[in-house]
Amino acid sequence: MIWKIFLFLLISFVSVAGIAFPIVENPQAWYEFPNIPGLEENAKIIFFHVPTAWLTLIAFLMSTVFSFKYLRNKNLDDDAKAYASAQLGMIFCILATVTGAVWAKFAWGAFWSWDPRQTSIFALLLIYGALFALRSSIESEEKRATLSSVYSMIAFVTVPFFIFIMPRIMKGLHPGSADDTGAGPVINFQMNPSMLLIFILSLIGFTILYLWMWQVSYKSIIFRDKLYKHLIRG
Amino acid sequence: MILTKPYALFKKDFHSELRTRYAINSLAMFIIVAISVILFAVGQEKISEGLAGGLFWVVIFFTAMSGLARAFVSEEERGTSLTLQLIAAPSTVFSGKLVFNLILVFCMNTIIALLYAALFESFVIKNFSLFIFAFVIGNIGLAVSSTIIAAIIAKAGAKGTLYPVLSFPILLPLILTSVQLTLFALDGISIEDAKFELAIVVSYDVIMLTVSYMLFDFIWKD
Repeated sequence: MIWKIFLFLLISFVSVAGIAFPIVENPQAWYEFPNIPGLEENAKIIFFHVPTAWLTLIAFLMSTVFSFKYLRNKNLDDDAKAYASAQLGMIFCILATVTGAVWAKFAWGAFWSWDPRQTSIFALLLIYGALFALRSSIESEEKRATLSSVYSMIAFVTVPFFIFIMPRIMKGLHPGSADDTGAGPVINFQMNPSMLLIFILSLIGFTILYLWMWQVSYKSIIFRDKLYKHLIRG
Repeated sequence: MILTKPYALFKKDFHSELRTRYAINSLAMFIIVAISVILFAVGQEKISEGLAGGLFWVVIFFTAMSGLARAFVSEEERGTSLTLQLIAAPSTVFSGKLVFNLILVFCMNTIIALLYAALFESFVIKNFSLFIFAFVIGNIGLAVSSTIIAAIIAKAGAKGTLYPVLSFPILLPLILTSVQLTLFALDGISIEDAKFELAIVVSYDVIMLTVSYMLFDFIWKD
């Protein structure tokens, strides 16, 4: 219970601080953010866009880890965990796409411009969609679990191409592209310590939120399956 | 020998294909239909090199999606997959099907490339060795990925519509890079300048091949 209150306070603080703290030329007080040339007020969406994109990947990673566990142990609970994680990953993927598109509209001038990063988040969206399409097409529980586990592992090995390789060889607008002089998406953002602190708090808060949602989700799937089996047996 | 069993399996597929000629006929017709649709859509417009290279891979992708699922779906349809499970190891079955699909992909894509060279004025390859290199490694990746997805589809029982849906995200890194490489070949860029893209496609082939052999056991065994 304590950590739920802690999570509530953390997320509230991050949301309020991320939106309300002013952006000034020369930050003096602890609650002031620096003005980043080219981003200005748009920079604030980083506290919400990056965690969703990060969780899209973490959810997919967890889904693949539990798919792997399922293939080793053939325990349907692991499949429920993988499925629950994939569901959450899909939600965060949509959120990352939408927040990214909104940011792109104000920073680059268009909602969608097939930047390598946009292509990769779109590919992740397609992978999640294909996974659910595959799951819904199979009746038998074991078969569905096995085939979707295999598919998510095959899909997972293509993810490094999208996340790490394509954006670095193709020219793009997103930080971390081939023609970007900075080291990566975040490092060259010229954040000051307070901005960085809230950014990291936001990442931590959203990750805990994901873990909690995931736990609730897979428990409910496992209970539902048990209930169905109980009802069928009579 | 290690290769005799996959070869026997391939020979079985080859003979049953020659008997019905289902895959060959339908693939040939599909290529003609797809290219004529593109030609009608283009009409009298003069299309650029970039567009020709992209349209080349559109036809390749959809032709592969229409024909390559046959390898495993036909076994399920004829009810012969259980027999195959009894007489051969999973990796042997996968090798046999992969060789069959590789040959199918190479034949079909060579025909598509020849037709493109004949029908599109802007499809003129300036760096031929780069094109051949990219073509060969791209085809290997296409065959490997579509064979493993075909195995999933055959077991899932949903034959037609799910195949492109599942294959597209897996094939996307390969297609994006291959389109880029085709553009390089049409532009006459040297192999030296395209080595990053070539390395991506080669690593894609290696990764997909390894993962396919590791995971095929789980798909194949009921």
